[in-house]
Amino acid sequence: MKDKTVEHGFPHQPSALGYSPFLRLMAIGTRSGAIKLYGAPGVEFMGLHEENNTVMQIHFIPDQCQLVALLDDNSLHLWSLKQHGGASELREEHRFTLKGPPGSPPSATQVTAVLPHSSREVLYLGTESGNIFVVELPSFRVLEDRTITPEAVLQRIPEDNCNRRSCELVEALREHPKNPDQILIGYSRALIVLWDLQNNKAIQHFLGSQQLENLYWQRDGSKFISCHYDGSYTQWPVSSDSRQAEPLENTVPYGPFPCKAISKIYWQTTKNGLPYIIFQGGMPRASYGDRHSISVIHGSQQTAFDFTSRVIDFFIIFSSDPAAEFDDPSALVVLAEEELVVIDLKSAGWPAVHPPYLASLHCSAITCSHHVSNIPLKLWERIISAGSKQNIHYSSMPWPIDGGTNIAPDPPQRDLLLTGHEDGTVRFWDASGVCLHLLYKLSTVRVFLTDADPNDNMNTLGEDEWPPLRKVGTFDPYSDDPRLGIQKIYLCKYSGYLAVAGTAGQVLVMELNDEDAEHVVDHAEADLLQDQEGYRWKGHEKLKTRDGPVRFEAGFQPFVLVQCQPPAVVTSLALHSEWRLVAFGTSHGFGLFDHQQKRLVFVKCTLHPSDQLALEGPLSRVKSLKKSLRQSFRRIRRSRVSSRKRRGGGGTASEVQEANAKFDQDALQEMELAPVQRKIEARSAEDSFTGFVRTLYFADTFLRDSSRHCPSLWAGTNGGTVYAFCLRVPPAERRMDEPVRAEQAKEIQLMHRAPVVGILVLDGRSTPLPEPLEVAHDLSKSPDMQGSHQLLVVSEEQFKVFTLPKVSSKLKLKLTALEGCRVRKVTVANFGSCKTDDYSENDLAVLTNLGDIQIISLPFLKLQIRYPCIRKEDVSGIASCVFTKYGQGFYLISPSEFERFSLSTKWLVEPRCIVDMPEVTSNNHVHNKSGTENAARRSRESGKSPDDCGEDERKSGRLMEHALLNDESE
Amino acid sequence: MNRSFNKSQTLRYLECSAVEVKSKFGAEFRRFSLDRYKPGKFEDFYKLILHIHHIANLEVMIGYADVHGDLLPINNDDNFFKAVSSAHPLLRVFIQRQDEVDYSNFGTNTLSRKKKALVTLRNDNLRRRPHINISMPHDFRPVSSIIDVDILPETHRRVRLYRHGCEKPLGFYIRDGTSVRVTPHGLEKVPGIFISRMVPGGLAESTGLLAVNDEVLEVNGIEVAGKTLDQVTDMMIANSHNLIITVKPANQRNNIIRSSRMSGSSGQSTDSTASHHSLSTSHVLQNFHPDEMESDEEADIVIEGGLEPQHIPKLHSLTSSSLSRINGSSLSHRLQRDLVLNNNSGRESNGNIHKLLSSLKTDPRHSLVIPRGGIEEDGTVITL
Repeated sequence: MKDKTVEHGFPHQPSALGYSPFLRLMAIGTRSGAIKLYGAPGVEFMGLHEENNTVMQIHFIPDQCQLVALLDDNSLHLWSLKQHGGASELREEHRFTLKGPPGSPPSATQVTAVLPHSSREVLYLGTESGNIFVVELPSFRVLEDRTITPEAVLQRIPEDNCNRRSCELVEALREHPKNPDQILIGYSRALIVLWDLQNNKAIQHFLGSQQLENLYWQRDGSKFISCHYDGSYTQWPVSSDSRQAEPLENTVPYGPFPCKAISKIYWQTTKNGLPYIIFQGGMPRASYGDRHSISVIHGSQQTAFDFTSRVIDFFIIFSSDPAAEFDDPSALVVLAEEELVVIDLKSAGWPAVHPPYLASLHCSAITCSHHVSNIPLKLWERIISAGSKQNIHYSSMPWPIDGGTNIAPDPPQRDLLLTGHEDGTVRFWDASGVCLHLLYKLSTVRVFLTDADPNDNMNTLGEDEWPPLRKVGTFDPYSDDPRLGIQKIYLCKYSGYLAVAGTAGQVLVMELNDEDAEHVVDHAEADLLQDQEGYRWKGHEKLKTRDGPVRFEAGFQPFVLVQCQPPAVVTSLALHSEWRLVAFGTSHGFGLFDHQQKRLVFVKCTLHPSDQLALEGPLSRVKSLKKSLRQSFRRIRRSRVSSRKRRGGGGTASEVQEANAKFDQDALQEMELAPVQRKIEARSAEDSFTGFVRTLYFADTFLRDSSRHCPSLWAGTNGGTVYAFCLRVPPAERRMDEPVRAEQAKEIQLMHRAPVVGILVLDGRSTPLPEPLEVAHDLSKSPDMQGSHQLLVVSEEQFKVFTLPKVSSKLKLKLTALEGCRVRKVTVANFGSCKTDDYSENDLAVLTNLGDIQIISLPFLKLQIRYPCIRKEDVSGIASCVFTKYGQGFYLISPSEFERFSLSTKWLVEPRCIVDMPEVTSNNHVHNKSGTENAARRSRESGKSPDDCGEDERKSGRLMEHALLNDESE
Repeated sequence: MNRSFNKSQTLRYLECSAVEVKSKFGAEFRRFSLDRYKPGKFEDFYKLILHIHHIANLEVMIGYADVHGDLLPINNDDNFFKAVSSAHPLLRVFIQRQDEVDYSNFGTNTLSRKKKALVTLRNDNLRRRPHINISMPHDFRPVSSIIDVDILPETHRRVRLYRHGCEKPLGFYIRDGTSVRVTPHGLEKVPGIFISRMVPGGLAESTGLLAVNDEVLEVNGIEVAGKTLDQVTDMMIANSHNLIITVKPANQRNNIIRSSRMSGSSGQSTDSTASHHSLSTSHVLQNFHPDEMESDEEADIVIEGGLEPQHIPKLHSLTSSSLSRINGSSLSHRLQRDLVLNNNSGRESNGNIHKLLSSLKTDPRHSLVIPRGGIEEDGTVITL
């Protein structure tokens, strides 16, 4: 049994970005201290800093499988990719915090700029005090004699234009592209010094007029560019003859009115002579100051890419061959707070590249998910083809970040994960392997009339619009109408029928069509209250439908719409593609619709007459809306705080942070003071929401007598009631002529009245009945209709097996009474043996409200195994959990990330990849590489992992180095 | 046998230890006397009754008229002792054939009419009912009990709340708190679960066995240590049909003194400290039978049939009535079985039933315990 295997989606709260052109790997750091590496699809590594502090900066060591991360506690961490057991692993090797002389202020050692030197031996650390410390790698020993102090710098500069204050806060450190002995030091107050490392002297200095933000060398080292707080950038010539240089050019690209800072700039040369100037920010302060933009200027072409979330950082992929004459940039990679956007700079129009991973699952909030295992190839191809028609605006460029090699075996089967979103879309993800990849996006919005006209595109700007903004990315947290939200999804993989149901009681049945089509959607209404009187629905109104034919693009096209009345959230959904029936339930009742004849078969009200709450509308929704509003405000406040840089000696930002921390603490205390108590009360029939339909299930079983089996529909409610309906479905040849009939055959009231979360019928061999059409496609044995069937009812508290057709209790497992936990999710999972192919068994996979996963055997209900999976405080994680049919599962660890776990030894999907050191003409490397390989080989032979032996060495090494440091500082 | 009785002896003085007994069977009277302080065992008394009435081969039920004139049963040592000790001045004994017993007479003012009006005035609810049924103790529906006294430390109390589909709310709240434990390293603070509030009129309050700030140690035999408030809440609700809570009462002065220390006769647990407390006399000592927990008293209801789904209101009324009917019968069935177990488990176990009786009688709140439905439909479910 393997627990968590891989995280899919986009990292929550990214805070830093790094790229190694040498390894062609990208690294993303997060606010929770995680560090994630991505290369070619399937090449993924993850590490977590023990401190869980925000990762501020990530720098790869040139030409090494190593990187340095700077955290917000001012600690530096060295991470290495080491090969182990045939695959690479990311490990933390060393950690280090710069210590100043005793009594010095913390700002003396507060690291603001990091420069890993191309010699791979030292790290230059610029600090808030203006000192630049030199640290030896990988030991992190401070080379005190090589520290570049502001005093030393000022000695070399005429005193009339500079003073001690000019050298406060090192903003940027850049190594000369051609001469490793020279580095460019940029201080915050616009003093830039070209420093000679060999002779410890300033070669040249440059004095800007505006506060400095960043620096960038031109490839040949003859010029560099600086960008500034006022939205300007300046080119400076480098020559050895003049001590103080004058700027070549000073531009405010979005002037003349005051502009925001340009925080980072690239200057990329090309063969045709026209450089690419790429910079972040610089927008006119008054009108566009709130935009998150990155501008690309290439000759007369200029585009300001407009992101929907804050830009964390960006980099350019360009020719890394040191012999090449030009940069020749190929792609712009932007890490925004909520998504990764890659722009193809080679193709005309600079189209976006479709990322194979890091998908923004939450581009609209996820409202539900559904997993379908083992998709038939035909359906798979049709979905891909429908999706490819949606992706024509993407660049055809191959994914530019392609380091490392994926050595994981091919996924054993094709799996689909469907996510329903708040904006009425369903996204189809390829969940077969490590990379969760978007295949196709389905929108249900077209069926309805909404305030927002889909044809009105706010982003089409005229040719002469200034600034030339272009919206990029898919993250769009704003939903036009929350009623469109998708709540339940059911896909039949054999027939291609898809049913989706939403927040306003809408149920859509769809069919896969490979062509665009225009047709009318049949519309029916299901009055679930029937003749119940005196009730008033105070919730939202039902969605308005579009009259006349609607044009649908290729893919899943709706042909039937059923709207529940009152339009409450659809809480359960079942589709039987063979019988052509769809069943749906809300908090008021459930109904059955014949989508072949397009006729409502019956409705059943499950409401208890005294249950007023269910009728007054979604009260809980009001609550959650309030909560989400509050959260979004909090998010805005937080992002404002964090986006403010450490300007002005870092005083204001830290004050705000402190105030925030105090506020949070106060709020926390307030919460703790409130007495937390729980009412102990037995459930009664009068409790609210007892009529809430939790589960619907189709089964061909013995409902009436033991000689004849018939189609049946089962429904379970929140109040512990199970209804069973006997269905009469006409044979295929008369399917259109005779109506489908339904008759209530049974009603079971569980005395413990806990919500029924699952219903299942076991056949004569105690095997769960197969899915519709599964037998017809020869993918399952036909169910045993000789032996007697059994009914399994899973409530939140108990598992109970009943006999059929006479319902009498046979067996039960009490969960809550004994363990105090309740069932949140339950599914039948098939566990195959990894030793023999021909053995597999069906068990129940259960997720409890404590986040534990339990495997319970069928049909004897014996607990097989239990292990903690999700933190019990993580309510949304538990609510989002979805199991696969073969013992894997997914749950949301953040709004944008799915954690994948596996309960099965046979079906494991986890990254397994190798990063080889590209050949470099350095003896040192070759030596290193063979060293690790030898270690790996040795370990394989001896059965002992190399990190075991390495660990001790490292530990003693660290001890030594601490001793040294202590000696030095005293 | 230190007891002596004399068939022909007549009443002498009140101060004397003898109690005059007037026993009536049909139209026949017999008179004899018993020692007020050493009446002996019920078994012997029963034999005596059969003997003096010459009805040795009959199954009879023995009752007596208490000081209020109510007919109460004598069927064990305790109520026999109570009957004899409270006789003033004369103990009037009534004998009925077992098969002719009219249970409805028990507990009512069969002998003095003047009090009947008072009883009905006490509770308006009772007026609607034809008459109040009181029967033999084995037909009483227990509401709560203290169990396992013999195996628990005296500082702990294991309380069983019987809900049996009654409409009265369980009615209490629990909270997180800190408890102090004695460990080898001295006193240690550990998190605990406590009763935080009682709902007035709820089952928990009316039993008087639980109180605010009592620490909850176990729920149906499962320790709550290490479990969260929500887990304990869920466990209690899941067991609400038959909830057994082991508590460490905040007030340790009302602890039960183990039966081994009791002098054999009842009434010793009502010491002076307890007498002002509501739980003073309602203790029913009873061994806890583990198999009872396993018993499936929560039988699910299955309604078969071709009910037309369209007629929802009708269906609902049908559902609820059939539901309560099933509740009622399974309930009485269970009660009878419980009693059988009790009787078999020995005399000491159902010792204080007469005290329960008297306490129930004097506490009008107890008349609320029984669901209305239960009374209306099943004569064997006895209410006060």
